[in-house]
Amino acid sequence: MASYKTLEFDVLVIGAGGAGLRAAIEASAAGAKVGVVSKSLLGKAHTVMAEGGVAASIGNVDDRDNWRVHFSDTMRGGQYLNNPRMAEIHAKEAPARVLELEAWGALFDRTKDGRILQRNFGGHKFPRLAHVGDRTGLEMIRTLQDHAIHKQIDFHMECTVVTLLKHDGRVTGAFGYYREHGQFVVIRANAIVLATGGIGKSFSITSNSWEYTADGHALAYRAGADLMDMEFVQFHPTGMVWPPSVRGILVTEGVRGEGGVLRNSQGKRFMFDDIPDLYKNQTAKDEEEGWRYVTGDKDANRPPELLTRDHVARCINREVKEGRGSPHGGVYLDIAWIKEKIPNAQEHIKKKLPSMYHQFKELAGVDITTEAMEVGPTCHYVMGGVRVDAETQMSTVPGLFAAGECAAGLHGANRLGGNSLSDLLVFGKRAGEHAAAFALGQTGPFPDANAQVADAAAWAEEPFARDQNGDNPFRVQHDLQAMMHAKVGIVRIDSEMREALDDLKSLGERSLAAPVSGNRDFNPGWHTAMDMRNMLTVAEAVTLAAVERQESRGAHFRDDFPAKDPEAAKFNIVLRQGSDGAMQVVRTPVVARTDEQDAVIKEMG
Amino acid sequence: MAKVNFKIWRGEKGDGGYKEYTTEVTEGMVVLDAVHQIQAETAPDLAVRWNCKAGKCGSCSAEINGKPRLMCMTRCSDLPLHEGVTIEPMQAFPHLRDLVTDVSFNYRAKKQIKPFKPRKPDAPDGTWRMSQVDVEKAQEFRKCIECYLCQNVCHVLREHAKHDEFIGPRLFVYSAALEMHPLDTEDRLKDLKDRDGIGYCNITKCCTTVCPEHITITDNAIIPLKERVVDAFYDPLAKLFRGLGKKKS
Repeated sequence: MASYKTLEFDVLVIGAGGAGLRAAIEASAAGAKVGVVSKSLLGKAHTVMAEGGVAASIGNVDDRDNWRVHFSDTMRGGQYLNNPRMAEIHAKEAPARVLELEAWGALFDRTKDGRILQRNFGGHKFPRLAHVGDRTGLEMIRTLQDHAIHKQIDFHMECTVVTLLKHDGRVTGAFGYYREHGQFVVIRANAIVLATGGIGKSFSITSNSWEYTADGHALAYRAGADLMDMEFVQFHPTGMVWPPSVRGILVTEGVRGEGGVLRNSQGKRFMFDDIPDLYKNQTAKDEEEGWRYVTGDKDANRPPELLTRDHVARCINREVKEGRGSPHGGVYLDIAWIKEKIPNAQEHIKKKLPSMYHQFKELAGVDITTEAMEVGPTCHYVMGGVRVDAETQMSTVPGLFAAGECAAGLHGANRLGGNSLSDLLVFGKRAGEHAAAFALGQTGPFPDANAQVADAAAWAEEPFARDQNGDNPFRVQHDLQAMMHAKVGIVRIDSEMREALDDLKSLGERSLAAPVSGNRDFNPGWHTAMDMRNMLTVAEAVTLAAVERQESRGAHFRDDFPAKDPEAAKFNIVLRQGSDGAMQVVRTPVVARTDEQDAVIKEMG
Repeated sequence: MAKVNFKIWRGEKGDGGYKEYTTEVTEGMVVLDAVHQIQAETAPDLAVRWNCKAGKCGSCSAEINGKPRLMCMTRCSDLPLHEGVTIEPMQAFPHLRDLVTDVSFNYRAKKQIKPFKPRKPDAPDGTWRMSQVDVEKAQEFRKCIECYLCQNVCHVLREHAKHDEFIGPRLFVYSAALEMHPLDTEDRLKDLKDRDGIGYCNITKCCTTVCPEHITITDNAIIPLKERVVDAFYDPLAKLFRGLGKKKS
C-alpha cells in the first residue's frame, strides 16, 4: 500500500479562509487540539478577494439599525427560503464578531467621532457594512491569520483533502495529499469543520479562483450529508468584461454604494425601469433621491442600482440581450459622474475605491475617475451547500460541520452583499465551538481506517496509469465550465438543463480518461484531474435542483417558469446520495418562522 | 494576435533549465494567462501558484524578463513580445518546482514577532475610538498582500542569504503596522534591533520599487522603525530614561 504520513487532532478544519480560521481559533480556545489544512498558502484564500465590507447592524452611521432590520433584510433578500433561525443568529451576533476583530487588530475606516464607519450596500436598509476602502476581505483574513498563528493551531498549507474517513456513521478523519511533493496524509480527527468555500470554478465566467472546485460540498455529499439550495448560484452583476483575460474579475458593489450608476449604450439608467414589488417601497423614485441616499440622507430610499444582486444581474443581462449593451457585451458602470456633485471627485474615488482604481488602470487601461467601466454578470457565490443545524453547524453526519460558503441556510435564494463576511465570522465561530465540544466528548482510540485509506490512495494514484491519448484534465474542465455556463447559467430552461445532465455523463467519462503526465510533485494537471470529481458531482447537484424548482426566485431564474410560485416557497431542495449511489432530489419543508420572527418581518414592511 | 515565445524555467529543487513554449497572445492577456494557456496546451504539469488573478492575493510572484512582478498584473502588451518572454521563479527562496518556491521562511519569521496587544477599550461597551488620520498610517502597511516580491529583491536575503538574522522588508512592514497601530501597546524595538536585523537594511529602496501595492516600504516603514530603534538604544538621553525604568519593558 502507498505510504502516508499520519496526523491526529481533536478538530480538523478544512480550509483557511475566514470561516476556517475563525472556526480554528474558537475550537482552539475551547481546549481542542486543532489542525487546519488549506489548498493554498495561508492568507491567500478567497476571503482576500471580498471587497465591499462586512454586514453588522452596529448602527454607527444610522442608529435606527439593529438586528431586527438586518434579519428582515436578509430574509427578504433570500426570498424567505432562508433558515430563519440562522438569519436571526447571524443578525444578532454579527456586531460582536466584527467588534472582536477590532480587538484582534483590524483597522476599519472610521466615522468622524472615531467609531467604525459603515457603508450602504445592495438590499441593506441602512448603511451597515464595516469596511476598509475596498479591501475589507484582506483586512479580515490578515487579522484572523495573524491572530491564529499564535494560538497553538497546527497549519498544513497546500494540502488538499480528497476523502473523508468514517466509522459507524460518524467522521473520523480525512485523507489527502500535499501539493508540494504529492505525499499522502491521513488526518485523524473526531470532528471536522468544512470551510472550503464555493463552486464557482464550474462556470466559465467567474470571480472565483482555481481552488473553488466544490471540495467541501462534494466531500460532505460522498460522506452521506445532505446538500441543500444548490439551484441558487449567485451571479454578481458587476464583473469586468474586457479585456477577455480578465473577464469575470469582481467589481465591488461598493462602487454603487458610493454613488456609481448603471447605464446602457443609450446612456439610460435602466435600473429605474424594473423595480420588483417586494422593493417598491424601499427604492428611490428618481435619480435625485438615489443620490441623496448614497450621500447619507436618512429620509431617502436607495437607488435601484442597490437592489439585490440577482435582480441587477438579470437587468444587465436583459439590456445586453436586447442590444443595448456596451461594445464588449456588458453595460456601463459610472462612478466618474459624481464630479457633477462633489468637488475633488477624482481624489474621493481613489480614496474610497483604491483597488478598483488600480484594477481597471492596470488590467484594462481605464481610468475610473474619468471614464465609465464596462461590467457584466460573473459567477460569484453559491447560496447552497451542506445542510446544517442552525445552532451548531453540524451536518446530518455526526462530527461533520460546515461553515461559510460551503454551508447552506443563511442566504436562502439570494445572498446580500456583505452577508458572507459576517456569515463566516458568526458561523465559523459557532462551528469551531461545537466541533470542539463534539470532539472532546469522544473517547477511545481512532478506529481502523486502513481499507478506506487504501481505496483513497489507489484512487489518487490511478490517473497516472491512464492511456496518454485522452484530453488533458484542463481541457475537460474547460468544457465543463462552458457547458454549465451555457446551460445552467443565469437564465435556465428545462430542455437545456436536461441536455446538461447528459453532457455531465459524457464529461464524467472523459474526466476518468484524462491522462496525467509527470510525477506527483506540485503537478497541477494531476490536481485538476482529482478536482474534476468534485466539480462534476456538484454540477449535477446544481442542475438537478434547478430542474426541480419550477419557478423563478432569487438567483434561480427559469425562462419557462418566469414567475414566483407560492407553493414553491414552501420547500427547500435537498440532494443526497441514495443507497444505489445515484443522486436523490428531495423536497423538504422550509424551516418555519416563529411568531416573533414573523412579527419582525411585518414590522419592517 | 501573435504567436509569442515563452522561456519558462522548469525543474526541481534548483535543478533544471529553460524550456521554450510558443503560444498565442491575444488582446489584454496577462503573463499568468499565457502560463495557463501553456499548461492547458502542452505542459499540464507546469507548476505555478496563483489564486485571485486580480493582484489581491499575492500568490503568483515570479521574475518576468528578470523583473520581479505578479504574473497576474503584468500585461503581455507591456512587454517586448518579439524578443520573447522569460519567466523564472523568485530567487531569494529555496526552489521547489518550476515557478514555485518555498516561502515558509516568511511564515516562520512572522510568528516570532510579538502579536498585537491593544490598550484597554476606550468606551464602556468595549470599543475604541480612533481617528481616520491615525488609522491611515497603519492602513498603508496593512495593504500588503504578502507576495514577498520585496523579500525577493532585498540583497540582504537574495545575495547574502541572511535569513537567520534578518526578517526582510515584508516583515518590517508587518512590524511597522503593529508599532504604528493606534491601539497597540507592545514594544518590539529590542527584537527589531537584535533578532530581526533591521540594521542590515541600507535603504537601497529596491523593496519599495517592486511593491505591487505601492507601499512606501523604506520611507514609511523601515526608516521610522530604524529611527525608533536609534532613539531607544543609541540616544544617550533615552538610554538614561530607560535606565530609570521609564521605558516599557
